[in-house]
Order: sequence, then C-alpha cells, then structure tokens
Amino acid sequence: MSSEYLFAHKHILGLDHLSVPDIELILNTAESFKEISTRAIKKVPVLRGKTVVTLFFEPSTRTRLSFDIAAKRMSADTFSISASTSSTTKGETLADTARNIEAMMPDILIMRHPSSGACHYLAKHIRTSVINAGDGTHEHPSQGLLDLMTVKEHKGEISGLKIAIIGDISHSRVAHSDIIGFSKMGAHVFVSGPATLIPKKIERLGATVCTTMAEAVSDADVVMPLRIQTERQNDPLIPSFREYATFFGINRQVLQTARPGALLMHPGPINRGVELAPDVADSAQSVILDQVTNGVAIRMALMYLVLGGK
Amino acid sequence: MSMVQAILLKNGRIIDPANKLDKKGSLLVEKGRITAVFTARQKTGPLPKKLFSIDLQGKWVVPGLIDMHVHLREPGEEHKETIESGTLAAAAGGFTAVACMPNTIPVNDCQSVTRLILEKAASASARVYPVGAISKGSHGKILAEFGEMKQAGAVALTDDGKPVTDSQLLRRALEYASNHKMLVISHSEDSGLSRNGAMNEGFISTSMGLNGIPHIAEEIMVYRDLALADYTGCHLHLAHISTRESINLIRQAKKNGVPVSAETAPHYFTLTEEAVQGYNTNAKMNPPLRTPKDRAAIIKAIQDGTIDAIATDHAPHSVLEKDIEFDQAANGIIGLETAVPLTLALFRKGHIDASRLVQLLSSNPARILGVEGGSLGIGAEADIAVIDPELHFVLQEQDILSKGKNSPFIGASLQGKAVLTLCGGRITHNLLSP
Repeated sequence: MSSEYLFAHKHILGLDHLSVPDIELILNTAESFKEISTRAIKKVPVLRGKTVVTLFFEPSTRTRLSFDIAAKRMSADTFSISASTSSTTKGETLADTARNIEAMMPDILIMRHPSSGACHYLAKHIRTSVINAGDGTHEHPSQGLLDLMTVKEHKGEISGLKIAIIGDISHSRVAHSDIIGFSKMGAHVFVSGPATLIPKKIERLGATVCTTMAEAVSDADVVMPLRIQTERQNDPLIPSFREYATFFGINRQVLQTARPGALLMHPGPINRGVELAPDVADSAQSVILDQVTNGVAIRMALMYLVLGGK
Repeated sequence: MSMVQAILLKNGRIIDPANKLDKKGSLLVEKGRITAVFTARQKTGPLPKKLFSIDLQGKWVVPGLIDMHVHLREPGEEHKETIESGTLAAAAGGFTAVACMPNTIPVNDCQSVTRLILEKAASASARVYPVGAISKGSHGKILAEFGEMKQAGAVALTDDGKPVTDSQLLRRALEYASNHKMLVISHSEDSGLSRNGAMNEGFISTSMGLNGIPHIAEEIMVYRDLALADYTGCHLHLAHISTRESINLIRQAKKNGVPVSAETAPHYFTLTEEAVQGYNTNAKMNPPLRTPKDRAAIIKAIQDGTIDAIATDHAPHSVLEKDIEFDQAANGIIGLETAVPLTLALFRKGHIDASRLVQLLSSNPARILGVEGGSLGIGAEADIAVIDPELHFVLQEQDILSKGKNSPFIGASLQGKAVLTLCGGRITHNLLSP
C-alpha cells in the first residue's frame, strides 16, 4: 500500500469530492484486496471489532450484498436494515433514524436512499463515517469506482479512452459518478440516449452529448448501456420499450462499430432485450460480472480507507 | 407596547417619496396620527407638554413598510407561524402592514376565514390585509366569493402557491374582481414544466441530481398573464418575479400600456442557485433561486421601474418541513426580518436611491393594494419605520421573532436595520430606548 499519500475523507459521498490521487489510492488498495476473495479462507482481520451497518431505503441485490461480503471479508460485524421510504410519514425523520443507529456505536453507516443528497444530509447530522450506496439521481460512488477499476484492469490505462454511456442519463446516479470519475482520470466520456433522458448541461460535468447512439459508440473503448429507470420517471419519457430497444438498444451490430476489443459494461440490473440484446450480454466482450467481482474489492478498500487505513 | 399621547421623532432623515420629501427634520405624532413635519430649518412650533422625544440623528424616518406577500400560516399551521408571531417579525423588520396569502388550512376562500384572520389580527403588531383565494379551495375550478370576502376585509385575490392553470378562470377572475375593485395577484408558473422540480434547472441541478424547474416555467405563464391583463383591460399584479425573460416581457408590456404591476423578493436580487449547494433546504423556494444573469436583470428592473415592489414572500416553516431530505423539504424562506438590510445593500451599491427604496417597500405596495399607508403626510396614520442604515449585525437564529427560522441568511453579516416601528402611533418595535 502506498503509505505516502494520506486518505483524508471520513465520508464517501460522491466522486465529485475525491481527487485524482484519492481515486488512485482507492483503486490501488482495491487491487491489493482483490486477492483475498480468491483465497480458501476469505477473511482478513483488518476490520475486526468494527461494526458496519447498511441502511437501504431502496431495493438492492448487488450493492447491498457486495458491501456485506466486503465487510465480512475484512472481519467487520455487519448489520442490515431495510427501511421503508416512508419513515417520515411514520413519524421518524431520517436524522432520527440515523442518530438511533449511531447510538449503538457503529463505525460505518452505508446508506442507499431515493433522495439526492440524503447522504450529505446524514453526514451533517451524525459523526459516524457515511458511505453513499446511491442517493437519488445524484451519485453512486462505489459503482463509479468499480467501473474505473474494471476498465483499468482490462485496458491498463484509463486516460485517453473513449467511454460511451447510452440510455437514461437523467435518472442514473451511476452515469453521474462514471462521468465524473472517468473524466477526472483523463478518459473522454460520450453520452447518448433519448433527449428526454439527457439532463441539462451534462456536458459541464465532463460528458460530450451525441444525438445519435452511433456517434457515441463509434470507436469507443467501453460501451455501457443503462437501464431505463421507470421507477424514477415522473412522466413517460419514452414511448415504449420496443421503440427504445430499436433505436437505443445495444446489439451485436452496434457493438461492432466500437473499437475492436471494446469492453461491454453494465451496472445492473439488466433488462435483457431492452437496453441490451441477450447474446451481447453474454459475449466475450462483456465484463459485467468482472464489475461485480471488483465491486467487493472496491468496497473493502473504501471501508478500510474511511476508517483511517489501519 | 407603550401608547404615548405624543411622540416627537427628532433630527432624522425623513424620506417620504409620496410627498416628495427627503430632508432632515422632525415629525410629530399625536393620538396615533402624524400632526406635524418640520424640516431642520423650520421652527418646530408649539409642542405638547407631555412629549416623548426621540433623537434620531443618523437614522432614516420612513413610512411604515408594507409587505404585500407574506404567509402567516394561521389558521391551520400555527406550528410554523401565527398572526401574532408573524406580525411581531414584521414589526421587527420595520413593517407596519402585511398582506397575507390565502393558502392556509382551510384556504381563505370565503368571508368566514377572512373574518377569523382579521379577528386574530385585531391585537397584532402590524396591520393585516387578508388576500382571498381566486378559486374555491384554490383548486382552480370555481370562482370564490370575491364580494363577500371584500366586505369581510380582503383586499386582493390570488391562488398563490398554486398557479391558476385554466386561463379562462383567470380571465373570469380579472373581470369579476373589477366589479369589486380588488387586485388580482398571479403566481405565474407552468406547473407541467415545473412538476417535481426542486431547484432551478441547469448545471447545478444536474450535478446535484435534483429535478430542475426551467426559467421558462415562469416566463410562459408571465406571457399568458400579460396577455390576459391586456385583453381584459383589468389590472394584474405578478408575484415573486425571478427571471430575466419575465422582466423583459413585463417591461415590454408596460411600454405597451398593459395594466400590470410586479414584485420581486429580496432573495432573487441577493442570491443565486449557488446557494443550494450542499443541499441547503433554506435556499429552496418556488420560484427557485436563479442564475447571476437573472439576478442582474432583476436589479435592473428594480432600478428602471419594471419591478414596482419588493415583497418578501415570507414563508415560515418548522424544522419538520425543512431539516429533511432536500427533495422532500418544503419550499420557502422567511423574509420579514431581513428585507431592510438586503434592500439597503442595493442602496449601498448605488443601484437605487433612498426614495426608490421607500417606494419599493412602502408607497408602491400601498398604492397597488389600494390600502392606506406609504406616506408621512400630515393627518396620516402614524405608521412609521425608523431605520439605522449603518447598524451592523450578524443574523442569529435566536434573534429571529418569526416562528420559522428557515433563512439562508442565518450567520450572515448584514448592515441596516429597523430600530423603531410605530403602527398607528403605537410602538411595535424599539431597539432605541434604554
């Protein structure tokens, strides 16, 4: 582990507040932790005696399990709370819920919440380290980092690559974290999708907006379709999934216009036949499951680093 | 609150644009009315024997300020504000009158609610002018009983908080209000474009992952509202204008003789959408804080008369509605106790002179609402604010008299403050006397 650079963040709220050296340290730390998951005895005592609580106000399979496994591989004790999104209507505010959890002396609180900024709010109200596992349509930093790790692993270098992100950019916290993360690391991010799903001024976050998918995918080193997040859409923003699949779905033909050896990524869950043709999802170019594997290593690194790297 | 028979406000700078006066002098108040105004060169003449005399060297003596857009929350949401607490805050801010919006629970859409408000206001620290709803329940369907509300004491009509989406209804409201000589106030917002929005739409909303409210949501409806005022020939007042293009539309309409007036709020000429950074719910309001270009256009409009009045849109909320997730938090900030220093900042930067400041905060709102006040003429009710334009203070939560502490200016260094307020000759606020 590089000991010369000190990680100074108590909370991981988003990639926007991490510097390039921060990101490099996280990626290097995760890389060194990845091997632990391949051992016969998958456990190291690094976080022994530490308590990690996951508080999820939205459904999750991958992220929650990934944090849980990551914590257990570091010997932390983990506890999961599934909360209904309507805690305020039940009378308890998010701050009260968090303070109650804090009163039981956890070391890290990992939260997913439907409101953008909910983790920032939490970090203002409690002293425990907060890791954002997805806040509304804002950020999903651990996903952004595991995407960086996966690309770096396969391509060696992130700088100079062309990254194409296709689909529901407006409602995707993964897209936001990826745009910030890949841009910080020197890659060129291109986004495309139905214009109803491209947020205003996204280019100032570091992305180039393409009106056609072909422009974005052409010669790309990484192609990442996103799921249409119907649960976050207030109004119907596409006419139908069928039409979406025809014009914005990634199939073999489209993928062939990318650079040879381009990586196909997806943050999951996949809606097969909508944003991604089934045969492509399972093709050799797909690194979707590598992303999941790396997710555990990234989350191990994040927990290790926010607790001071000791 | 003390009631003295006669009060002499001595040696202040009397700024009374309604009477074209801006001179050092003294002002005599007897039995709740202004009975004499002496400029420094004039002799004071015979004075009553029992006189409470206050030296106001260096202070401004202006007609009591009138806030034509406040939410007093009573009836129904007394945990946020009451008529008592809201008017205490008003007095502390130099206001002697407020017009309260009808979005209470129940909505002020009939004479009995109007009466209830005025009964509570009888012992308040400022005059309260109820504004009735345009439509029953502010549901935007059926006209409310304008005439009965007027008889009960309502001065104007609006569905503020909810835009009137049905253009025909707003047209009928303008036409019918003219029978009763009542002002119609429009909250101009295209509720389709603003749906689920939490802040101004732009780079900051995108980077924070918040749904945006585009500036056109206001402008499209401002255009419609101007067209309705023009078509009907009925006066329309536009509330809380926040964007550059709204200003351009209003300016052009006024040039064309459309009977329209407009207000803005201090936060729109003071802050921009940057204030939302960090998910600051005390910078969340509707219309939302806009861009530096919009702010510059608002200031220009305040200078050139496109904007007629500054109203605070005082919107108190408790921590229950504000200290929560940003997208869930209620819209609105308090404003009564910060309007004077924020507007004085425009004066200090040379954007407006002292007389214009008084027009914006007092004489114009009185004229638009059609109520008394806004003047220091002899015989007028002694509604008077004394402002110390130099006084520096840091806004502290514990000093706020409103029940709502939802201000983005808490902790800010401000300059200028009302130090004495008289409402009908009664002292409602006093930081001067030992």
